[in-house]
Amino acid sequence: MPGLVAVTGISGHLGRALARLLHTETLLVGIDRRPFPERPKDLVHYEVDLRKRKLDEVFRRHPLEAVIHLGLRHDPRTPFSETHSFNILGTHKLFELCVQHGVKKVVVLSSANVYGPAPDNSNFLTEEAPLMAADRYSGVRDLIELDMYAQSFLWKHPEIETVVLRPVHIVGPTIANGPSKFLRLERPITVLGFDPMIQLVHVDDVCRALALALRPGARGVYNVVGPGEVPLSTILRELGRRPIPVPHLVVRALVARAFEARLTDFPPEQVDHLQYLCAVDGSRAVRDLGYAPRRSLRETIRSVLAS
Amino acid sequence: MSDLGAVLREGLRTLTFELGGPGARERLQKLKPARNEYGVDPYGFDVDYAVAAMAPFLWLYRKYFRVEVHGLEKVPRAGRLLVVANHSGQLPFDAAMLGLSLLVELDPPRFARALVEKWVPRLPFVSSFYARLGQVVGTPENCRRLLAAEEALLVFPEGVRGLCKPFWQSYHLQSFGLGFMRLALETGTPVLPVGIVGAEEQAPALLDLKPLARLLAMPALPLTPTPLALPLPTRYHLHFGDPLAFTGSSEDDDAVLEEKVERVKDAIRGLLRAGLKERRHIFW
Repeated sequence: MPGLVAVTGISGHLGRALARLLHTETLLVGIDRRPFPERPKDLVHYEVDLRKRKLDEVFRRHPLEAVIHLGLRHDPRTPFSETHSFNILGTHKLFELCVQHGVKKVVVLSSANVYGPAPDNSNFLTEEAPLMAADRYSGVRDLIELDMYAQSFLWKHPEIETVVLRPVHIVGPTIANGPSKFLRLERPITVLGFDPMIQLVHVDDVCRALALALRPGARGVYNVVGPGEVPLSTILRELGRRPIPVPHLVVRALVARAFEARLTDFPPEQVDHLQYLCAVDGSRAVRDLGYAPRRSLRETIRSVLAS
Repeated sequence: MSDLGAVLREGLRTLTFELGGPGARERLQKLKPARNEYGVDPYGFDVDYAVAAMAPFLWLYRKYFRVEVHGLEKVPRAGRLLVVANHSGQLPFDAAMLGLSLLVELDPPRFARALVEKWVPRLPFVSSFYARLGQVVGTPENCRRLLAAEEALLVFPEGVRGLCKPFWQSYHLQSFGLGFMRLALETGTPVLPVGIVGAEEQAPALLDLKPLARLLAMPALPLTPTPLALPLPTRYHLHFGDPLAFTGSSEDDDAVLEEKVERVKDAIRGLLRAGLKERRHIFW
C-alpha cells in the first residue's frame, strides 16, 4: 500500500466510502471542489477545482505516491460544455502533474457503461470490447473520453502504473447515481416484454477493488463486477417495486417528454439499460488483482434501501 | 396475481412431467445448471421456468408433431458439442423439438442452448422468454465461452435462409455459414449432424415478401397458406448422425473451411435422404 494517496472527488458518496476504508491504512489527501465535512481527522482536504493552478500546490506540498481519480462529474441537467471542461481539462491537468511529480500509481474510475447496452452485445463483454456507448447516448462521451485518455496514458507512461477500473452499476445506501435512484423509485418504468440481465456492485466492493488496484504491480484495464447477474424484474421484485411497463415503441418519447417537463431526471437514452444487455466479464480483475466481491447478491440489491 | 402465476407454473410443470413420460420428473431434476440465489444462471437461464414453459412445446412434441428420434445413442453425453441441423418451417419449431428431444429422451437429460439471431433481443416478450430458456445471441464470444464450459449448442448454419425458404426448396440445404466451423476448429469441439425430417412441410411458403420484411426490420416475411402460428401436424423425425471431429486452423482460408463444412452438409444430406426414404407418409 502506498504511503501517501490523493483521492479526487473524495466528497462524493463513493469518495467518502473509500476514505473510510483507506484512511486507516495510508495517509490520504482529499481533492474536491466541494467541502468534506466529517472527514477522518488524519485526512488533509483541499477544496480545489482540478483545472485551477492551486492543484499544483497540492502536488508540491505532498510527495504523492498514488492518485485515485474519482472526480468525474455527471449530471444530465448540467450543460455538456460545463461538465466536459471540468472532466476532461481537469483530468489532463491531473495526469500532467502526476508525470511531473513522479507519482508511481494512477487509478482511474471509469464504468462498465462505456460499452453501452445494445441488442447484439455478447452476454459478457471483456475489456477488449469496443466502447460503443456514445453511439446512442451522448451523455457518456465524457466518460468514454476519460477512459480512452487513461488508456493512452497507460501506454505512454510505462513508468507509471496506471489502472482503469470499469465497475458495473454501483449501488449502496448513500449512493445517488442513476441506477440507485431508479431502484429507489416506488413505481419505476420498465419496457414491456424486456427483462435484461443486470449487474450491480456494492460500493464497499468497489472501494475494495480500488484499494487492490493500489498494490504495486497492478496495471491495466479491469471490469469490476459484483456477486452475479439477475433479470431486472428479479431486482425490482426483491425491492418490492411495482413497475409500470411501457411498450418499447413509445417509452422513449414518453421519457423524453417527462425529462423536458422535469418530471424525471432520467434521460430517454438510458432506457436502453432497461431493454438491452450491458453486462461484463469480471474474471480479469479476479485473476490479476485478486478481487472478489464480498457482498452477496441479495445484500447488494437491498443495499439501495438502507440509508 | 403472483399466486395465479404460481398455480399456472405448477400446473405446467406437472404437465411437463406427465408428457415427458415415465421417470420424466426424476430425469429432469438431474438438470443442475449453475444458478444463483434467485434461480438463474449467468445467462438468465431459469430451469424452473424452463420446465414449466416446456409444457406446451412438449405437447406439440408428443401429440402434434409426434416426434420420433433415430440414432440417439450417437449423442455424446458430456463435453462441448455443436449440434448442427437443417432449418425450415418458417417458425423455429424444429429447434424447439430438437432441444426438447435431448431433454426428454436422454437420461440424464442434456441441455443445449440454441443460438439466436441478433435481432431477437429487439423483440418484446420473445427476448426475455428465450433468455429464461437459456438461449443466447450467437456472437462468437458467447459461443467460445459456453463451449469452454463444456456446454452443447444448437446451430442452424442456414439461419433464416433455411427457415424461410419456399416450399419447392424443401430438403435442399441452403448455404451454410462458416462461423460454426471456425468455432469447432478453434475450440476443438465435435460436430453432431442432425437431419430433421417433417419440419420442411409444416408451413409451405409460397413467396417471401422481402421488401415488406425490410420495412418491418425482419429478416424475412414468408407467406404460407397456413396461418403462421399454426403449422401443419406433420410427423417429425430427428435423425442423429455420428459426431464429426475436425482438425485444422480456424484461421484457414474460407475455401479450406468450406470443404470441411461440406462434410457436415454431406452428413446431414445423407441423414435427410435416408430419413425421407424411410418415411411412409408426411403426416403418419
